[in-house]
Amino acid sequence: MRADHPDREGKWAWRLTGVVTVCVYVFMFAPILATVVLSFNASMFGGFPLTGFSLRWYEKLLTNEPVLDAFRTSMWIALVTATVTTLLGIMAALALVRFEFRGKQAINTLVILPALVPETILGVGLLVMIKAVDQPRSMTLLVLGHILLTLPYVVLIVQARMVGIKRSYEEAALSLGAPRVSTFREITLPLLIPAVLASVLLAFTISFDNTSASLFWRPAGVETMPTQILSMLKISISPEVNALGTVMILLTVGIPLAGGLILQSLTWFKAGK
Amino acid sequence: MHDDDSHDQRPRPASAGAAGDPLAQGERQPTGKPAVEFRDIDIFYGKFAAVRDFSLAIGKGSFVTLLGPSGCGKTTILRSIAGLVDISSGQISIGGKRVDDIPIYKRNIGLVFQNYALFPHKNVFDNVAFGLKYRNVPKPEIVRRVKKALDMVRLPGSETKLPSQLSGGQQQRIALARAIVFEPEVLLLDEPLSALDANMREDMRVEIKKIQRETGITAIFVTHDQEEALSMSDYIVVMNAGLIEQIGSPAQVYDQPATAFVANFLAKANMLPGSVTLMDGKIATIALASGHVVKAAAPKALATGSAVTVVVRPQKLTVGTVGAANRLAGRIVSTSYLGGNAVYEIDIGAGTLVRANTLIDGQPLREGEIVDVCFDPLGCVLLDAQGLRIA
Repeated sequence: MRADHPDREGKWAWRLTGVVTVCVYVFMFAPILATVVLSFNASMFGGFPLTGFSLRWYEKLLTNEPVLDAFRTSMWIALVTATVTTLLGIMAALALVRFEFRGKQAINTLVILPALVPETILGVGLLVMIKAVDQPRSMTLLVLGHILLTLPYVVLIVQARMVGIKRSYEEAALSLGAPRVSTFREITLPLLIPAVLASVLLAFTISFDNTSASLFWRPAGVETMPTQILSMLKISISPEVNALGTVMILLTVGIPLAGGLILQSLTWFKAGK
Repeated sequence: MHDDDSHDQRPRPASAGAAGDPLAQGERQPTGKPAVEFRDIDIFYGKFAAVRDFSLAIGKGSFVTLLGPSGCGKTTILRSIAGLVDISSGQISIGGKRVDDIPIYKRNIGLVFQNYALFPHKNVFDNVAFGLKYRNVPKPEIVRRVKKALDMVRLPGSETKLPSQLSGGQQQRIALARAIVFEPEVLLLDEPLSALDANMREDMRVEIKKIQRETGITAIFVTHDQEEALSMSDYIVVMNAGLIEQIGSPAQVYDQPATAFVANFLAKANMLPGSVTLMDGKIATIALASGHVVKAAAPKALATGSAVTVVVRPQKLTVGTVGAANRLAGRIVSTSYLGGNAVYEIDIGAGTLVRANTLIDGQPLREGEIVDVCFDPLGCVLLDAQGLRIA
């Protein structure tokens, strides 16, 4: 590209673009890199300079019961949220794309509203509502809250895919003698798989990562991974937090990445065609 | 062939019911019930009437085309047979059985779509076998019949290919194989050729017709392309704005259009308005609005002074022939050279343009030349003031 701009001005413009780009990337990835690097630091203090390579903070994590508890809680919540949200999302998208009914537009808007409202507001809102009907905060509430948070994204993803699946595929299957349920199982669902996979991963990640709403909703004594990290930080910046952070990064980046790879291997069929 | 007048339809709903008479195919095979029968079908989308008073009986083994411009209701009718559109009133029978309450997957129909609609995640075998699987056909029999169907559409050995690996024409062949492999009661083709390119379209036209003949399946074909309709059909149902305009063999709808719409829609006939000045036996003398006086065969005596429209196909107009009865002097406005023939637009005065499609030998005539356009009094059709053919 540089060759296209032989004049001095162009050269400087390209150099500046390069510098800015590098800065942006550094700004984006330096904190992540720092967390990962420091998690292997032997030093007692959770910061630079590096004093040696060590896995002791990971070892310590594995024996830290509160952390393991929080991890299990988060995994469990994320799994339930991902499953329920995806099922609900498929049904909602199916209804919104394939059927005509009164108030469809309104429902379409309402269903993505939770994604537009600030999370803190949602957090407080659900809490206030729970208090109003005099219920204690519970795990069920926490899971329901996470479903509320993730559903809009899942509906959007599945809807987008659904629009791309021509109705004539389903009509063809019906005309060939497949009842509606079989048509869904044999035609619609397989063509939806990329969206379903993406939904599961996204819902899992959003739920696993969520901090602010979870702070409002969790029952007394229950910590999720992010809230656990937060409370650990309140005491001190222990290098253990870096190790925990690295594990979180691995999970929340690794899972979608793995999903992307699976998707790619599935794209030998083109639903759009 | 057939008695020319027996199948003509007036376009008005009041008489469209007569279209319920079995078509000539039924007469050829007098034993069978009609394969598909419509009685007084109305289909509304909300307040909009997509189809009104549609009655038609389709003989077993015949190839019937629903022809009309987009929005005329032809696809709606096709989809109503499949059960993809609910009829508002009337009844539809397939093989003598009413299907109004039968869901689509129990109707035993073969459906071919404009966009092929092959299942993209299934290979050719699984696509073609789909209908057989849901009819509990044993596996070895499925394999045998899929093979036979693929042979028939001339794509043998393509079982393991995915639809995305096939060309448009090949995909449509597979779609055809998928729709006929389980021997449905009726084969419905919804503009199956319009997504193909021109050369492929003609090949497929011949192919579909051949397969239909070989299998003896009843076929209902929807198109807006008059050439497809004329070349493939035993019978053509010309539709406009939800109503039947005419039912007849290709030759009937072409040579004897029942209405102004049919005359205009098929091959853009020349419509020359005028009024009768003299009746002499079966020949009417007509003064055209363009100032010319022509003679035309009239099936019955017409009152002097009655308004008529003379309909002449461009192919029935000759340019510069000596000795023809009707002669319109004019100037060539445009010339389209088509190889063996040429299409001229000729201004015959008073703002009237006529189109003539004539065989030529060598060079076509040039624009601006003054010519005589001629036609035989027997080569035209007369429409009355309501735009209906005078019979």
